[in-house]
Amino acid sequence: MSLLPFLDIGLAFLVVTVACSTIITRDLFAAVVGYVAYGLLLAFVWIRLHAPDVALTEAAVGGGVTGVLLITAGKRLAAIKKAAPEAHPTTTLKLLTGALAALLACALAAAILMLPDVPPSLAPEAAAAASGPGAGLGNPITAVLISYRSFDTMLEKVVLILAVVGVWSVGADKAWGNPPAPLGRPGPYPAMVFLAQVLVPIGALIGIHVFWVGADAPGGAFQGGALLAAMWMVAMMARLGEPPRIDARWLRLALIAGPAVFLIIGLAGISIAGSFFAYPPGFAKPIILFIETFMVLSIAVALPMLVAGPPSEGNRP
Amino acid sequence: MTPSTLAGLAGAALVGLGLYGLVLHPHPLRKLLAFNLIGSGVFLVFGIVARRGAAAGLSFDPVPQAMVITGIVVAFAASALAVALILRLYSESGRVTLDPDAWTRPGPEDAK
Repeated sequence: MSLLPFLDIGLAFLVVTVACSTIITRDLFAAVVGYVAYGLLLAFVWIRLHAPDVALTEAAVGGGVTGVLLITAGKRLAAIKKAAPEAHPTTTLKLLTGALAALLACALAAAILMLPDVPPSLAPEAAAAASGPGAGLGNPITAVLISYRSFDTMLEKVVLILAVVGVWSVGADKAWGNPPAPLGRPGPYPAMVFLAQVLVPIGALIGIHVFWVGADAPGGAFQGGALLAAMWMVAMMARLGEPPRIDARWLRLALIAGPAVFLIIGLAGISIAGSFFAYPPGFAKPIILFIETFMVLSIAVALPMLVAGPPSEGNRP
Repeated sequence: MTPSTLAGLAGAALVGLGLYGLVLHPHPLRKLLAFNLIGSGVFLVFGIVARRGAAAGLSFDPVPQAMVITGIVVAFAASALAVALILRLYSESGRVTLDPDAWTRPGPEDAK
């Protein structure tokens, strides 16, 4: 008898319990910390669903980078929570909302238990794409992302850039062009500096490795880029590097490099390979790796910029 | 019960929990957390489809999985924008509330 079923039940129970605690706790900061733990637990669930690529993304982006974002925001907001009295919902409203939420959850659960026996699937088309235009890629997920659904992946990078533009434009007018506020505490903090000095070189190496093996094994541009982004943020938190000015040319070029290269190669596909976002047969893998290199760069720059927030007034270097 | 079904049911529970928090929590950051719970619940339910849709000799359907990866990154981008808006609301007004009545009540900033 295997131990795995019990592990699955325990994991599902744990995920739902931690999610519950982030909802019902009264303390804002406790909710944020609970959410980070929840993101990491969710990564284990994805591993159990045979989705290591999703698990890597969830752990790096869903747990890690979102965690930094929320903890930074939570710390700034927790201090003022007491000052602003909130109107608390009445018991009737609580009961009604609880009933609505339970109804929705039950409807979803019923739908999952009553799924049709012969599931619809795009897997054959994706497998064809993996052996056709995206030839030479051993990881079907990367083949789908870059070849079969390439336009989606390109537009997703555009969404990241739009979000960066949105975050920057939230800042005050007179702060435009300044660097965002520093991520760490004012003075150098020895433990954090030591951690950054040890962790950042190793983490950067792992990030590049995860990107490089992504063509044939779990990993890829998102996961590798997110790891590199995390390492940059650790360095900024240790005050070994400051956030760059948002009007720096290299920063803007790095942000648009990924989608720009992707789009140019996609357009070139019209004349070379016969259709938009088609890759010439036999030459697809080098091209895909070339595109992914620039995407890693864009992701590694965009995520820390999203976390660092809008340009800050004052302490101009 | 297979791991997929179990994870799907957990996903359904997460959507319910998230909806509850989204409606009832007055604090915008708590609303954002709850909204992210809904999102990850939906991703899990979608992941079940990926696991079930295994065909063509693959152990999973790569299309929904690739879409979930895209979804996680887009959800993060949206959260970052929301956090920036919440922090801006605080630095502009000195409070963090979405309650329309709170703006007419005397607040901590007015006492200065």
